[in-house]
Amino acid sequence: MFGYYLDLALRSLKRNKALTALMVLTIALGIGTSMTTLTVMHVLSGDPIPGKSAQLFRVRMAVFPDAHYQAGDKAPDNLSRRDAEALLRDARGDRQAAMSGGSMVVVPTQGDPLNVEARYTGADFFPMFDVPLRYGHAWSRSDDAERAHVAVISGELNKQLFGGKDSVGRTLQVGKQSLRIVGVLGDWDMNPRFYDLSNGQFGDSEDVFVPLSTAVDMKLSTSGSMWCWGNASDPLAADAPCIWLQYWVELGTPAKAAYRQYLGNYIALQQQAGRFTHPGQVELQDVMQWLDFKGVVPSDVRLQMWLALGFLGICLLNTVGLLLAKFLRRSSELGVRRALGASRRAIFLQCLVEAGVVGLAGGVLGLALAGLGLLLVRHQPTDYAAFIHMDLRMLLATFALALASSLLAGLLPAWRAMNVAPAAAIKSN
Amino acid sequence: MELRPILSTLRRHKTTSWLLILEIALTCAIVCNAVFMIGHRLQHMDMTTGIDEHALVQIQLAAIAPTPDIYARAREDLAVLRQVPGVQAVALTNQLPLGGTSSNASIKLDPAQREPTLSAGTYFGEDIPQTMGARLVAGRHLQPDEIVNADVVIKALAGGNTKGLPVAVTVITRALADRLWPGQNPLGKTIYLTAQVGVRVVGVLADLVRANAYNDTTAHYSVVLPLFMGAGKDQSYIIRTRPQVREAVLNAAVAALKKADPARVVTQQRTYDEVRGKFFANDRAMAGILVGVIVALLTVTALGIVGLASFWVGQRRRTIGVRRALGATRGDILRYFQTENFLIVSFGIMLGMVLAYGINLFLMMHYELPRLPAIYFPIGALVLWIIGQLAVLGPALRAAAVPPVVATRSV
Repeated sequence: MFGYYLDLALRSLKRNKALTALMVLTIALGIGTSMTTLTVMHVLSGDPIPGKSAQLFRVRMAVFPDAHYQAGDKAPDNLSRRDAEALLRDARGDRQAAMSGGSMVVVPTQGDPLNVEARYTGADFFPMFDVPLRYGHAWSRSDDAERAHVAVISGELNKQLFGGKDSVGRTLQVGKQSLRIVGVLGDWDMNPRFYDLSNGQFGDSEDVFVPLSTAVDMKLSTSGSMWCWGNASDPLAADAPCIWLQYWVELGTPAKAAYRQYLGNYIALQQQAGRFTHPGQVELQDVMQWLDFKGVVPSDVRLQMWLALGFLGICLLNTVGLLLAKFLRRSSELGVRRALGASRRAIFLQCLVEAGVVGLAGGVLGLALAGLGLLLVRHQPTDYAAFIHMDLRMLLATFALALASSLLAGLLPAWRAMNVAPAAAIKSN
Repeated sequence: MELRPILSTLRRHKTTSWLLILEIALTCAIVCNAVFMIGHRLQHMDMTTGIDEHALVQIQLAAIAPTPDIYARAREDLAVLRQVPGVQAVALTNQLPLGGTSSNASIKLDPAQREPTLSAGTYFGEDIPQTMGARLVAGRHLQPDEIVNADVVIKALAGGNTKGLPVAVTVITRALADRLWPGQNPLGKTIYLTAQVGVRVVGVLADLVRANAYNDTTAHYSVVLPLFMGAGKDQSYIIRTRPQVREAVLNAAVAALKKADPARVVTQQRTYDEVRGKFFANDRAMAGILVGVIVALLTVTALGIVGLASFWVGQRRRTIGVRRALGATRGDILRYFQTENFLIVSFGIMLGMVLAYGINLFLMMHYELPRLPAIYFPIGALVLWIIGQLAVLGPALRAAAVPPVVATRSV
């Protein structure tokens, strides 16, 4: 029966080409814009580290003097070196890393010096965030403790400095000091850069990774948020009243409550030590909670999505009107079919099949339009532009949305068509 | 024109009429809000900075190895830059208006105050307003003998000994002065950056926008402090020149700085217009998207009107023929369809206004947008009326062309 309906639908669509084209175009425009914005939302709100995002936690707490504490304020994003080092020493998580962004000038053996982005962190950073290494290996925990002059560099920098060859054991000249390269990253595309959102939320990975202890020792310059209270002549000093370190911990599921308890005890100890009397909020957020808290999806993107969905709604209303006109214009034909014994259900299904065919055609055209839309998005001056792409799920979703919306648009016209009274319809002619 | 027959016809096509009304209402609501948002963005992008934008260029450098004396380095660089032909003025600054990366301070009017009054952008450096071209409207500029190297201040603060600390004066923007002391003379008044450090206002600038000017009101709250930061990767040299030669002067300045100390890398080298362009890039893009949405919406709605009107004309060919045979002129038929469209669009607009207001309320809650000004309603209505009339013109002319003889034929 479906084949017959399909045949009828195609014949009917062919009969009035202009109207059919108009309906297909309308649906395609609605689907195209909606899928463009939904894809941007999908990419931006996606899980950057699937499979592990529920085990990685950002640690935040308010550990500063009472004078700077205001009830109702959120705990700051970062920790002071004193607190980060205390948590690192206790090492209560499966893995943990304190880190900061930075920059340094690398002097190649030939060519001009380069200013590169850097990350100062601990040995656990690499296994924690599943960082792939093409050559060599990450530095060890003892390198952290010994402030070893070692570095892991990005594949991109390795290509620039060493032509992409295995550079493990080579020297990276940083100003007048030098670092020994122990590892080279493979392709590591972590977007959004959830581990530190303060130095650009999207973008390529840093070019040089150095142990935090070494970076402080070498007086390498940091970048990102640095908040000091009181008087800090050297903000990087071990006891400086400055918060600037991001702190991440990896925990197995059952360990979360225990870790929270541990942080609570830590705060209590600090209060006893007389550092402050306020409650010192403890926040332990997993990756997705953290991204949500930081509002990584720009509000403009949300606004664009609502606009596009409103547009789709208007396109659907338009399609409903056009389908209704089309079906009712064929009242006499439908009346004849009813008189010859077609049931209401058959008429209803026939009309829906016609709507579905329009929807699928609109979906195909809409997919092309969405492709065009995404191309435009990639040329926008936003930092996430380069990472927007359509995946298989969104591809299937496009057709699902096109079909669902056209069937929805077809419901009312089909229902009206099936209720055409056969006798009146034939007579009126 | 008699409205009754039109209304009774519309009543007979209730569903289709309602669909069209709803479509026009939604279009009206979205278009009103989208146009308003475009206006809002354009207004934001139009923000005045108070400086001589086209005449300025920026250079930022990173040293390869730590600089032994950053203050001497910066002084020498400034002297070198002044020698470059075409350079009119030069200053070292920690931030640029609309530069993005910002330095801010919480300001109190009373050191004992529990919570700060507001946050303001803090410019550190010598000759910043003069070089950037920020106009002084009261008092005086900061004097060379008031400028202190940053390390002296940091040492004094760290030692807890702020007595005799020379950083005691500041120049602030008029917007900040008006906010802190409405209706009073700000000269001679003191603001507190920490409980120990109070600075006296000696000058007022017409304007000097902040680096992070995201909010149109607080964007103009800035203070300039006589603090000399020294050379560093976060500091910028800002050069004032003639707009016609700025590219050449920029290149010459970079060459001169490299010659003065080759052991550094240029991390930023651009005209101020580029700084401004980058700051508003997102807003420009969003305004473009909104224009696209409006055009697409109006097109789809117009096409919908054309489609439905054509259908109605086709359906009523016989009725039209009968009316023509009974003496109606072509003009009567044309006007019939035009009036019908006008009625439908008017209903749509009425519903759309309510919807537009609702959407605006939602946006006000979630996106910090102001209330939709009433002027948007008549303009939105006019646009939709015009589009409706244009869309219906084709089908209506076709209807008017139906010959009376159709009445005598059976289809």
